[in-house]
Amino acid sequence: MEALVASAIGFLTAGGIYLILRLRVFAVVLGLSLLSYAVNVFLFSTGGLRINAAPILDKYNDAAVYTDPLPQALVLTAIVISFGMTAVLVMFALGAYLEAGNDKIDMTEVEPDAEAPTVDGIALDMSAEPTEDRA
Amino acid sequence: MHQTSSLLPIIAILPFIGALVPGVMIRAGRTACASFTAVPTVLALVMLGTLAPGVIEGTVYTAKIAWIPQLGLEAAFFLDGLGLMFACMILGVGLLITLYARFYLSKADPMGQFYTYLLLFQGAMLGITLSDNILLLLIFWELTSLSSFLLIGYWKHLPEGRQGARMALTVTGAGGLAMIGGMLILGNIVGSYNLTDILAAGDQIKADVLYLPALILILLGAFTKSAQFPFHFWLPHAMAAPTPVSAYLHSATMVKAGVFLMARMWPALAGTDAWFYIVATVGLITMVLGAVIALFKDDLKALLAFSTVSHLGLLTMLLGFGTEAAAIAAVFHILNHLTFKAALFMTAGIVDHEAHTRDIKRLGGLAKLMPITAVIGTITALSMAGIPLFNGFLSKELMLYEAAKTSWWENPWLVPALATLGSVFSVAYSLRFIFHTFGGPVRDDYPHTPHDPPFGMYAAPALLSVFVIAIGVMPFLAEPIVAMAATAVTGVEQHPHFAIWHGVNAALIMSLIAIAGGVVLLLLHSPLDRAWLATPRPEAKAIFDALMGALVKATQGLTATLHNGAISRYLAVFSATVVIVGYLSFRGGGMGAPTRELLPTPILAVIGWAMLVLATILVVVFHRKRFAALVIISVIGLMVSAGFVYMSAPDLALTQISVETVTIMLLLLALHFLPKETPVESSAGRRGLDAGIAIAGGVAIAALAFAFMTRDVSTISDYHLANSYAGGGGTNVVNVILVDFRGYDTYGEIIVLGIAGLAIYALMETLLSGPAGARLRNSGYNADRSHDRHPLMMVVATRLMLPIAGVVGIFIFLRGHNEPGGGFVAGLVISIALLMQYMASGFAWTTRRQRLEYHGLIGIGVVIAGLTGMGAWLAGLPFLTSWFGYVHLPPIEEFELATAALFDLGVFLCVLGAVMLMLYSLSRLARHSGETVNREPMDYDPSKAIKTFDHDAREGV
Repeated sequence: MEALVASAIGFLTAGGIYLILRLRVFAVVLGLSLLSYAVNVFLFSTGGLRINAAPILDKYNDAAVYTDPLPQALVLTAIVISFGMTAVLVMFALGAYLEAGNDKIDMTEVEPDAEAPTVDGIALDMSAEPTEDRA
Repeated sequence: MHQTSSLLPIIAILPFIGALVPGVMIRAGRTACASFTAVPTVLALVMLGTLAPGVIEGTVYTAKIAWIPQLGLEAAFFLDGLGLMFACMILGVGLLITLYARFYLSKADPMGQFYTYLLLFQGAMLGITLSDNILLLLIFWELTSLSSFLLIGYWKHLPEGRQGARMALTVTGAGGLAMIGGMLILGNIVGSYNLTDILAAGDQIKADVLYLPALILILLGAFTKSAQFPFHFWLPHAMAAPTPVSAYLHSATMVKAGVFLMARMWPALAGTDAWFYIVATVGLITMVLGAVIALFKDDLKALLAFSTVSHLGLLTMLLGFGTEAAAIAAVFHILNHLTFKAALFMTAGIVDHEAHTRDIKRLGGLAKLMPITAVIGTITALSMAGIPLFNGFLSKELMLYEAAKTSWWENPWLVPALATLGSVFSVAYSLRFIFHTFGGPVRDDYPHTPHDPPFGMYAAPALLSVFVIAIGVMPFLAEPIVAMAATAVTGVEQHPHFAIWHGVNAALIMSLIAIAGGVVLLLLHSPLDRAWLATPRPEAKAIFDALMGALVKATQGLTATLHNGAISRYLAVFSATVVIVGYLSFRGGGMGAPTRELLPTPILAVIGWAMLVLATILVVVFHRKRFAALVIISVIGLMVSAGFVYMSAPDLALTQISVETVTIMLLLLALHFLPKETPVESSAGRRGLDAGIAIAGGVAIAALAFAFMTRDVSTISDYHLANSYAGGGGTNVVNVILVDFRGYDTYGEIIVLGIAGLAIYALMETLLSGPAGARLRNSGYNADRSHDRHPLMMVVATRLMLPIAGVVGIFIFLRGHNEPGGGFVAGLVISIALLMQYMASGFAWTTRRQRLEYHGLIGIGVVIAGLTGMGAWLAGLPFLTSWFGYVHLPPIEEFELATAALFDLGVFLCVLGAVMLMLYSLSRLARHSGETVNREPMDYDPSKAIKTFDHDAREGV
């Protein structure tokens, strides 16, 4: 079982590293997601694996064995935070794509992609923003 | 004899405090500003005056304030003879400069700034002379470089000023760096950074292996500061500063700092062959070279600058001789040089101020037009030449006397001959200063008709020329000061005796040769000058600029290579480095044998593993097809959740699967606005390299994880398990850890999540009002949208589901303390329930029914969690201490109430608000790109359709 978990972490990490080394934002986001899985499972595994030993106390059985709850608590918040991080990253990616016209992560060149929507010929009129109909 | 004095730190800090005043006082007028600048200087002088009698008697005053004892750095000050002499020189000349500058600077110059810089510089110099800790001394040393940069570049509008300031900072700053190294070595040898300890450990230092490196590094600092060859070139360029600055920095203070340091370190470093051959030789070369160049400079200030270089060389050489008599001569000449050189600079400034030129070739005959200035200039220049009855003569003769006794590499003629040569040129340029400026017929082509300045302007140089004559005629006046300083330099009690007439000796003959030779050189100046101008010479500034240019180019090249904007490359370098360094330390650390038994591997687990691995490989292979990759990646999330369930982590599984859902929704939303495919851009080689790095990283982390899992580690979790129910009142240990044991962490984490949500919202606002907004409006995003209506089945189903999902969320929240669940999961579940409404019924319809702002939810959540934590204060307990109890309300069963649940409510609200705000912000993009909105509850309204049908029927369609 340990070998399975360790090799799964290895595959996730390798895939994650390969994807974050790509040149486009979307691949990097995917890569970071894979790395998040890998890191979370790794942190979780540092407590050691146990089957059928959830850290829910059994009031009527003093001899019950439990798995290490601390890594679980740490990973739980890490999962939620990694969602926040992914969201911020996606926001950056979208912003960069819409501002610069390409979704490359390297800043060595800044030519917009051919397929990206253009800004040319559009007056940057702030008042032209469509209003949200909340009323 | 040592005695503590609390005055010393006050003296050291006074100029810095005073520096705050002039910038403000300038509004009260220029005279008021100058007066207030003088106040701290006068105060410091008075305080020094109270200590002076003690110092003359041989007392050393000390003061210590602990600062960073771990580093050996303390604010330790001490005042001995040398320090007192320099401190008085710095403050005294500072006072005169303050007066002079008041009249010299024009109304257009920002005078408040000038005085602020001046006091900063004065404070830094004073600090050097008073420091008893070499680390503290280094700090002040660097401060002089910085503040002199400000002073030299004071006339910011002049390119010469800016370039000169930069050059001075570069040269002295680089020397300062070298000196830091030297001082640290010195401190290591002695085992203390205290100057008094170091000075007492001279023999130990000189015997150490590291003596030579330390010596060279420290001397680099001193030589650059004191403009010794080959670092002399910065000083003439620093003359672009206003004359008061030149007079202050280049006569009494800045350039003397190097000499001061050599004198200060004399007992610790001097007396060895290395010291003699480095210091005396450099001094000798500088003295001669400076004197020769000075003769051919037409700019009065340039002439004085090279003369200063020459005199600093003289002082360096004397200190380099390493004998006590030479040290006494050096101290005496420091004093004399100060008096005549400061006055000469001020004279040059007056000439420049009145005649609007400093070019000697355009001057001459000023004696008749400005007699007072001419008298002052003549007296002080004669002293510089070393003419009898002026103080320069006395110390110069002592120098020649010492030089005559010194043999260099067994050659008894070299030093005396070169010293005499230097003196010849020294006499020549001094006489040229007098005769070519003040002598000769009155001309009629001055840029401005000169006349004597107001009293305030010539008062300072006049006072100094009085000293020049007083010491020159009555040398015994200077004896107590020199005795006191020389005692401090040599570490042995000194009683020097100065006299004008020593009888006919070698020094007198050399003096006479110098005067005669100087007169001859002056007479031959015109032909010599033509010859000099015709000879090609290396131009220091051009060399320096070329060197700096090359350096900047090399640095830029390096930066551009290492930091070329390709983040994919940094990531590759970073990943590879982590793997390599990790491997090295992994190999180095002794790891014990596995201690844990392996768990059995059921077939189900293998299937799950295979799915996960397959999905990972597919994501990597098909990552260019973005939509497909997104679908496949959700398989991984699902398998991870299943793994958590199997491996006793139900809470993690719940959280993972709900986060998975919102993450996929988020990425789908984002993908709508991004290109749908990733083009192939990197070469096959690059991809292979990346794959190599990735596989190495994967293998490494797998090995690490396996090593971790097969060994027992000590854990603090036993405490949590034992106290979860007894102390926290909950049986779900993970939840109790989150809301109780580590509640502070959780509190921080929900705040981070909330900030992330707000940041996304704010970014979206900025984005939509910029070019990106225009791009969106111009886009065809809306065109490829399916024009199907919102599917009726789904609308109905989600509406039915909403209350059920809400109940599930509340249930998960409430059971969290004792069973898997809790605020995090509940927040995510409710988010998903709401998101389903957005998807099924459309953005606008859902938004219109939303009563609470998501920002507000984040705020309320954080506030509730915070207030719960603070509630513990009311009971006198630390922040976030929880309370729980059991309540029995008939007819329901007894149930538990815990403040932790309230805290969890804060977590719940914050997570809900943050997640919703993030996705809501992203959805605004769609609205902005022109997506139409359904205002009706459903796109397809059967009743309306029938009505239309009826209407049409009536019309007979």
